[in-house]
Amino acid sequence: MSESILEMKQISKEFTGVKALSNVNFKVEKGEIHCLVGENGAGKSTLMKVLSGVYPYGNYEGDIVFDGSVQRFNKINDSVDAGIAIIYQELALFPDLAVYENIYIGNEIQKGGVLDWNKAIDDSRKMLEKVNLKVNPEVLIKDLGVGKQQLVEIAKALSKEVKLLILDEPTAALNEDDSENLLNLLRELKKQGITCIMISHKLKEVIAIADKATVIRDGETICTLDGSKGEITEAAIIKNMVGREIEDIYPKRAKKEFGDKVLELVNWSAYAPQLGRYVAKDVNFNVRKGEIVGLAGLMGAGRTELARSIFGNSESYKLAGDLFVHGKPAKLKHTSDAIKAGIAYVTEDRKGDGLFLLQDIKNNISVGNLSGISSRGVVNENEEIKIAEEYKESLTIKTPNIQQLVGNLSGGNQQKVSLGKWLFVSPKLLILDEPTRGIDVGAKFEIYSVMNELIEAGMSIIMISSELGEVLGMSDRVYVMAEGEIKGELSSEEADQEKIMQLATQ
Amino acid sequence: MRLFNEAKQLIKENIRDYGMYIALIIIMITFTILTNGLFMSSRNISNLLDSAGYIAVLAVGVMLVIVIRHIDLSIGFLAGFLGAIAAILLMYVGLPVYIVIPIILILGICAGSVTGFLVAKVGIPAFVATLAGWLIYRGAILLATEKSGTIVVENEAFNAIGNGYIPSIAQVGGLHLLSLIVGALGIIFYIYSAVKNRRNKIKYNFEVVSKEIFIIQLVFVSAIIAYITWLLAGYNGFSWTVMIILLVVFVYHFITTKTVIGRHIYAVGSNPEAAHLSGINVKKITFLVFGSMGMLSALSGILFTSRLQSATTTAGTLFELDAIAAAFVGGVSAAGGVGKVTGAVIGAVVMATLTNGMNLMGVGIAPQYIIRGGVLALAVIFDVMTRRQRA
Repeated sequence: MSESILEMKQISKEFTGVKALSNVNFKVEKGEIHCLVGENGAGKSTLMKVLSGVYPYGNYEGDIVFDGSVQRFNKINDSVDAGIAIIYQELALFPDLAVYENIYIGNEIQKGGVLDWNKAIDDSRKMLEKVNLKVNPEVLIKDLGVGKQQLVEIAKALSKEVKLLILDEPTAALNEDDSENLLNLLRELKKQGITCIMISHKLKEVIAIADKATVIRDGETICTLDGSKGEITEAAIIKNMVGREIEDIYPKRAKKEFGDKVLELVNWSAYAPQLGRYVAKDVNFNVRKGEIVGLAGLMGAGRTELARSIFGNSESYKLAGDLFVHGKPAKLKHTSDAIKAGIAYVTEDRKGDGLFLLQDIKNNISVGNLSGISSRGVVNENEEIKIAEEYKESLTIKTPNIQQLVGNLSGGNQQKVSLGKWLFVSPKLLILDEPTRGIDVGAKFEIYSVMNELIEAGMSIIMISSELGEVLGMSDRVYVMAEGEIKGELSSEEADQEKIMQLATQ
Repeated sequence: MRLFNEAKQLIKENIRDYGMYIALIIIMITFTILTNGLFMSSRNISNLLDSAGYIAVLAVGVMLVIVIRHIDLSIGFLAGFLGAIAAILLMYVGLPVYIVIPIILILGICAGSVTGFLVAKVGIPAFVATLAGWLIYRGAILLATEKSGTIVVENEAFNAIGNGYIPSIAQVGGLHLLSLIVGALGIIFYIYSAVKNRRNKIKYNFEVVSKEIFIIQLVFVSAIIAYITWLLAGYNGFSWTVMIILLVVFVYHFITTKTVIGRHIYAVGSNPEAAHLSGINVKKITFLVFGSMGMLSALSGILFTSRLQSATTTAGTLFELDAIAAAFVGGVSAAGGVGKVTGAVIGAVVMATLTNGMNLMGVGIAPQYIIRGGVLALAVIFDVMTRRQRA
């Protein structure tokens, strides 16, 4: 077991003046599961890109010793040939192609220049068996869930006789069940002698699965913890990640007083014509003033769809039932109607449909309420700058000035810009969809604190979250959704992980 | 030395914005040398700007269409068709100019709204919808000019739009007085807004250039405006076409940079889903941009018909591609969300300069197309390279 399969020595990498990695040493033993942890922007992904040849040899300093010899990867295919496979957070599958086509794409089985699909189908069955995935290889990728898609990615890697499998946040988009499956699969692969590097933000997983865990902070290796010596604990990892002890990552609120119902749904249903099914069905739901309501459930339970059906999307959904804002029935046809009614929705996909990445911070913050700072259609830029500066200060957005393009900010700061944009609209009810996805522990704490401040200022929050810890730590009341229906409502006293999971898997 | 370094840094950082202007100046100097100064004569520059007019107007409109990630192929023949309608209304129906022009502009808005409806409400890809428009308007021109062939416009007021000049009031030392006044007002307005802008930035602790560089900038731009004014004043002064372009630039620049609608247009262009979730009515913006495109097509048709003093059966042919090329030379991004009104107009002037300069040199039509194609490709390559550098 002490034979090392990979050793990265003194790796340094610069991006136009910014040091992303400095003298990183990283050693992986054969047959172990080695977790790589660190805050966002710590350099984990950069290190893996160096390893997999995304940044070619000469683009970085230092040596990579893999499988006993120094490697100089000039392109990704070189590392693939050496037996390294990397599976990114965003899956690289073709949704309109079948499972077997995806497995063998770029590595097609040929006979005299002609593709042998029959053999490919047959072989992919074996690969799918290895990852315990029971699907017909001729099924299209888009008809599989995210969890199964991930397994297809791993099957694809296995088809190339991989020695070292790298997974970049494999469970970020998975529900608890699929995550557990995946971890079991990794243990299985370990038995077959495949070494695995896993980047993860979920410390529980790291503790559950890692033989070793290396912590990276600010482009440097801080330490490597050894699981066999019992060194891998949540406290130890967090301490090394942030360089300080975090006692409680969920800040407490001083007072908990709830007022009248801000929003109420009665027998609310949303039918999605494109999908041909109800994404929300007979939902009864309410939020009171000064309350954080958690909306828990597994991926695909319909939480985001429910939120969007509230937030004025009558074009995408056929709606039925009643919606009351402050006790009065309301029809919110367009997102602008919802905003006028005092509802704001912070999307789960910041980069996809939340922010304008090519525009500066100022424009991103003001866009939701430009009419509030303009007279006769002309924007008052002084006012706009003043407001953007205020939110930069109050939300501690880390940036030299508000003229920076949002695309250049880190995930946590982007999320703060998103929040700022919606706070400027000054809503009564804020719907946060996965507010802390993909952001580091420090920024999470700041966002939780902001949520508490908003509640104290008289706002209400619906928080959609897949992280049970967050749901339990922040919510005053929890609704659990599954298959588009509310399966149960729990007070913060009754709620615990088991109860939520039980309702979510009904 | 410090100044020089700062200037170098400034140009390096803003090469995307400055590149076009630098290219234009280089092209102009090259032609001036190659034609022994003929290119920079008052008469030629006046001619050049007038010939760029109808494309510049289209380029501004299509720039916005590209910013919201669509395209409009129908604008050339729409301009030609509306120009023919204008000629018919003037010559056969006998309506006066001041009624014909609003009618044509409104017809343009209607035509643009139809495209907007197809794209925004029905959901047809803009390429296909406007290709249909391209065919329809092409047929419509032929239909309108079927009986008479070319319609000659004998209306002095109308023809002045494309050929006339603003009145002089008085000549000062052989120069056109009103043009000098317009130029002077332009310089004062430029300096005033630049100083105000700089003060604001300093107030909010934004990065600004050093005082010396700022003054050099002011002097340089003012000198260019003064030079062009002096050139034009030495011939017949500002033409009505130039005044119309300036008006269009002023209005559209104001709308795109200072108003809520302008911000919403760029928001829709840089991320339509995020714009929708920000409460912006994406369909309304799409409607509006195509409506404005239709109006500018009508204006382009008026300018062209007036310049030729007639409506021909082939008017508008390939205008759309010239306008799209001008917009891309002017730095609009095909990925949406990026583009400037001033850029589109400068792009149109660059393309007109190439045509004009090569005509003066007696370059044949075949090399002309190839060179213009090369310049377009270079402009887009430059754009892509500088963007990569920044990312």
